[in-house]
Amino acid sequence: MTDAIIRFDKVVKRFGDLTVLDELDFEVKKGEKVSIIGPSGSGKSTVLRILMTLEGIDGGVVHVDGEPLWHELREGSLLPASEAHLRRMRSKLGMVFQQFNLFPHMTVMRNITEAPVKVLGLGKKEAQLRAEELLDLVGLADQAKKFPHQLSGGQQQRVGIARALAMRPSILLFDEPTSALDPELVGEVLTVIGRLAEEHDLTMLLVTHEMRFAREISDRVCFFDRGQIREEGTPDELFTDPSEERTREFLKAILD
Amino acid sequence: MHWSEYLLPLAEGAWVTVQLTVYSTILGGVLAFVFGIGKLSSNMAIKSVSVGYIELFRGTSLLVQLFWLYFALPLAGMAIGIDLRLPPVVAGVLALGLNIGAYGAEVVRGAIQSVHQNQREAARALNFTPRQTLFNIVIPQAIPEMMPSFGNLAVQNLKDTALVSLISLGDLTFRAEQIRNFTQDSTTIYTLLLLMYFGMALVVTVVMHLIERFAGRWRMVGS
Amino acid sequence: MLFGFEWDLTNPLNFAISILPILLVGMWVTIQATVLGFFVALVLGLFLAVLKSARSRFIAWPARLVTEFIRDTPLLVQLFFLYYVLPEYGIVLPAFMTGALALGIQYSAYTSEVYRAGIEAVGRDQREAARALNLSAANTFTHIVVPQAVPRIVPAMGNYLVSIMKDVPVLSVVTVLEMLNVAKIIGDRTFDYLVPLSLVGCLYLVMTLVASAGVRVLDTYLPKQGLPLK
Repeated sequence: MTDAIIRFDKVVKRFGDLTVLDELDFEVKKGEKVSIIGPSGSGKSTVLRILMTLEGIDGGVVHVDGEPLWHELREGSLLPASEAHLRRMRSKLGMVFQQFNLFPHMTVMRNITEAPVKVLGLGKKEAQLRAEELLDLVGLADQAKKFPHQLSGGQQQRVGIARALAMRPSILLFDEPTSALDPELVGEVLTVIGRLAEEHDLTMLLVTHEMRFAREISDRVCFFDRGQIREEGTPDELFTDPSEERTREFLKAILD
Repeated sequence: MHWSEYLLPLAEGAWVTVQLTVYSTILGGVLAFVFGIGKLSSNMAIKSVSVGYIELFRGTSLLVQLFWLYFALPLAGMAIGIDLRLPPVVAGVLALGLNIGAYGAEVVRGAIQSVHQNQREAARALNFTPRQTLFNIVIPQAIPEMMPSFGNLAVQNLKDTALVSLISLGDLTFRAEQIRNFTQDSTTIYTLLLLMYFGMALVVTVVMHLIERFAGRWRMVGS
Repeated sequence: MLFGFEWDLTNPLNFAISILPILLVGMWVTIQATVLGFFVALVLGLFLAVLKSARSRFIAWPARLVTEFIRDTPLLVQLFFLYYVLPEYGIVLPAFMTGALALGIQYSAYTSEVYRAGIEAVGRDQREAARALNLSAANTFTHIVVPQAVPRIVPAMGNYLVSIMKDVPVLSVVTVLEMLNVAKIIGDRTFDYLVPLSLVGCLYLVMTLVASAGVRVLDTYLPKQGLPLK
């Protein structure tokens, strides 16, 4: 239990009458690469958005790195977290968005250095050196001076990955990172994510529809449906011999 | 009196009009940002003051505002023992700036709200403070959205400066009125006057276009 | 005394109450000027919009220039022009009519743009569909374009109605006894500008709030898909 870097404990999330997370229990170990698969609208992305503090929760407790994320322990009781607590917790996490969410008015270089300079207080030179390394890592060393709209979708998403890494998070969240891309651009992004998974001890949590990719890079795959994890296991277990009927139906529909 | 002799006094008036337009547009621009951002504040006091200002100045007539500042405010000041008599130029700049600022505030608010939510989410994920998010991420993207409306408001403001002639400030219209009273040559005077305002409006339009291109230059690069 | 109403200067409240009927007389003039000016703006604006969309450049470009010229010059100066220049050519109108005409001319520049934008917003695909069905040009315009353009045009026109209302005080310079002018006269005679001018401000807030609410109500009742044809 102690090596869980992320732990959801009976977490409830509602949007109006709709219950998106229904007493969800879920764990990720340090350094683990976990993929979440499941039908659209099943609340997969909500798990990531709660971790990134983009959405609050309506019940239960989320732990990150041994501390409650949305609560603070004060005088022995759990109270809703202050903005200061959220800011401290947020620094452990990074997120790669489905729509990239790059800042259109900043060059690629500025997109990557802005937060390290303004938030972490890094010197400009230092931040730029770090950004150059990261651009090299994602294969875009020669694109630093361009603006996002001058890049292809695949290139933009790779900048998105570099931007998230520049904040040195210990957990990296990927919210359907390739589903807004043209099919021919998916490969370059998956290659970068795959390399990260292999070479770094980052904890990675990935929501995706790319089943083959999930199978290749994950230590564990979770099938998510109607606000709960219906089944989880190693990629081989889940993809070749799912035990639940729902999982089988989903995989059959998506793989055919 | 030949019509060319009108030009010198008219030019003097035009210079006053230009100054009024520049000062009140700057004042209006500052007020627009302060109260446009204020209207989006989560602090109820700041929000109410901003909404109150915007509704008051958009809901009443500019000329009423101008007369109130020039004729009524000194009396209100007298009642509480403060000298609030304003020189015409101050009353003029204040009324114009306050009026255009209220319309501008709605433009600023709208442009800020039009910046896509996913930009705010990215900023939050990168741990920017709300203030950094507003000033580094949201407003730089909102400014190019505001510029076309600000251009229209600047021209509107130029036209509105003509009203200050009614509190005997020596602007272009006031000078034209003086000449007309003297010469009774209405057709020439007013034709010249219309052409001069038209010319100035074209200059304002060009200037605002240049600012718009400058503010949104990142949009044009290489695309 | 004005319009047969005496004012009571014993205290500000009594003063306000006593001049309210006088200001309401002025408000009635303001409303009349607004409605008449708006009507002129609607008609003249439509005329300009038609000219601007003419196929011939010799019609469209001058129409655009005229619109731009009207839009870029002050209402006050246009009003002076009409008031002092027209009589020199034998056209003598009452001050109120001149004022309403000036309002209408100024706002025709704006309304012509509303017509144009409303008609353009009815997309090309609608026109192409009409052409594919072999509808005549006149039929396309009256049965396809206009019913869909009206719900877009009406709210924008409503906002200009409110703007015209706020510009009516400019007419005071040619002696029209609208609300602000009446308040100014009371102030000149009593040396108290604070009460009448503040009261005019309040009455303006009421008028614009009512008018804006009316526009909003109208907007909610307008069928967004266009006027239904059965």
